[in-house]
Amino acid sequence: MAERGVRWGMVIDLDRCTACQACVTACQSENNVPPPDPRGAAELRSIRWMDLVPQLEGEYPRLKLRLLPRPCMHCDNPPCIKVCPVGATSIGEDGIVAQVYSRCIGCRYCTTACPYTVRYFNWREPSWPGDLAESLNPDVSVRPKGVVEKCTFCHHRLQKARDRAALEKRELRPDDYVPACVEACPANAIAFGNLNDPHAEVAALAHSPRAYRLLEDLGTEPKVYYLREGQ
Amino acid sequence: MSEALIHGAAVPAPEARPAQAGPIEDEALLRPVLHTTWRFWVAAAALSAIALLGALAYVTQLRSGLGVTGLNRPVYWGVYITNFVFFIGISHAGTLISAILRLARAEWRRSITRSAEVITVLVIFFGIGSILIDMGRPDRLLNILKHGRFQSPLLWDVTSVTAYLLCSTFYLALPLIPDVALLRDRTTGARHAFYRALALGWRGTPRQRRILEKLISVMAVIVIPVAVSVHTVVSFVFAMTIQPGWHSAIFGPYFVVGAIFSGIAALILAVALIRAVYGLHDYLKPVHFSYLGVLLLVMTLLWFYFTFSEYLVTFYGSDPVHMAVWWAKISGRFAPAFWTMVTCCFVVPLAILANKRTRTVAGTVVASSCVIVGMWLERWTIVVPSLSSPRLSGIEAHYFPSWVEWSILAGCTAAFALLYMVFTKLFPIVSIWEVREGRGAAVQEVVERVRSYLPPGKEGAP
Repeated sequence: MAERGVRWGMVIDLDRCTACQACVTACQSENNVPPPDPRGAAELRSIRWMDLVPQLEGEYPRLKLRLLPRPCMHCDNPPCIKVCPVGATSIGEDGIVAQVYSRCIGCRYCTTACPYTVRYFNWREPSWPGDLAESLNPDVSVRPKGVVEKCTFCHHRLQKARDRAALEKRELRPDDYVPACVEACPANAIAFGNLNDPHAEVAALAHSPRAYRLLEDLGTEPKVYYLREGQ
Repeated sequence: MSEALIHGAAVPAPEARPAQAGPIEDEALLRPVLHTTWRFWVAAAALSAIALLGALAYVTQLRSGLGVTGLNRPVYWGVYITNFVFFIGISHAGTLISAILRLARAEWRRSITRSAEVITVLVIFFGIGSILIDMGRPDRLLNILKHGRFQSPLLWDVTSVTAYLLCSTFYLALPLIPDVALLRDRTTGARHAFYRALALGWRGTPRQRRILEKLISVMAVIVIPVAVSVHTVVSFVFAMTIQPGWHSAIFGPYFVVGAIFSGIAALILAVALIRAVYGLHDYLKPVHFSYLGVLLLVMTLLWFYFTFSEYLVTFYGSDPVHMAVWWAKISGRFAPAFWTMVTCCFVVPLAILANKRTRTVAGTVVASSCVIVGMWLERWTIVVPSLSSPRLSGIEAHYFPSWVEWSILAGCTAAFALLYMVFTKLFPIVSIWEVREGRGAAVQEVVERVRSYLPPGKEGAP
């Protein structure tokens, strides 16, 4: 494989993030996630591979609300993979945690084991209002009812980029592959790339003194980093 | 017991007399099998109606998906997983208690072991069924065999529960053989053929009896570790995750204790119903309920000990993530369920069972009913509150089960009761040959055994 020792990762700069939700929307249309409806929202069943999670800090009157863009953490030590009884979720050599929809039995053990609650279940058959179904992304499979799904770092984009590089008989270049959320961010708040590449921006940012990861002390080794807001 | 009675009780062992010429004694144990009243059909119809409602609910879920439940994100597991743990827990009634009493040579076991063993075998199906009902894609069940990964605690469950089902079925079937042979000789036509096939050519010869008793003893030893493993790995499904409130080292033994606790309660209820419905007051006496009541009392105290340890340790450590779940149970939105559980699993049974005057048939039945409700709530307060307080803050959580989930719970319970009733119509629910053996050879054996405990001396001396 041309990309030996690759560890795809993401750094989200909270100083730049404006919580505009462009990443959330871009993810939904890229990955054929049905748009949220009032019923699904009331039932707490909306699917958002990339979500803005409200984080309250401090106490009134020194209260601070932050909206945290939250994709799958693509842990190096993922609790979800350990518990899956059928191997429907696995971690690739490039560190991306994948979900095999056609094998998943819908037991939802992974969804309960994930400490970040980033895994979603298809409680019903997915549906798209109006003619939205006609604009589905042909590169991404539509998930049936009864299976678990989650952010894949737009893995289909990586596959396409690899194919293109192979056709052009060249190595994969760092800018060949970025997930939809990274591409859509108007504030350039999300960096993406190979964490093992010392020259990559993402690797430098991940070592910034502002960098931290969610629930770091659990030992899950997430590959999504956050950059703390400046004071 | 006087000497005369002991020697007079030398009733010939069952193999010594032909089954056809069976005396009128113990006829009451065969009556439920050979005669059925209209009351049976009324009860069966009522239970079938409830079971059908459950089936209807499941068909609705199969067609529309798990969206018809109240489940959501982050409460991905609810009534079905609670039912799974609860039913598998009830299954510890039989095999385990029966095996322990057999190995301990507790003579009072003879009229209750079978009713206990039947609970086990039947209720395991509803435990396994609850997992199937909970699956988003039941059509892919075989993936567990094709792609099974032993790293997942769910695979440990599959293995352990399957082993338990096989062992308990075998353990139920073995002591049935002599009674089935008795029925074979008392029936004609299709029923005769049915019993003849199941009796496996039992003639009650000394050799057959030796083999049977050997096999029963071996199985009694085997089922105990298997039973303990079953509820241990059920707890591991939770304990192996790092979710708050689940990641606890005492979950294995805590679940096993809870399982035996609810199992004894279910056994007391079953035995009380059998006694009342079939008028078996001579076989299921107040002393049986008193002894089972003492066992239930021991489990009440053990359950409290484990619960107390679990909650005190969490409180003292006061990790904020764990404390969120802790407070939700103690004084938050799960407090009604939690304190009902404590009342039903500890306060009420302790008050009733610790007092000899209230440890009666009625008293143990009330205590057992409370324990059954309390133990379902215990499983509920393990599954739901932890999922309602995910580690990552900022995730809204609320869950209330839908009619589909309640109907399936009612349907499973009714279907279990129905199958149990049907069993009592096919086989004697009190083991006839074991009761006879108890009346005969065992009396002598107990006297010999008690004598062997003591140094030789003058009999009857103070």
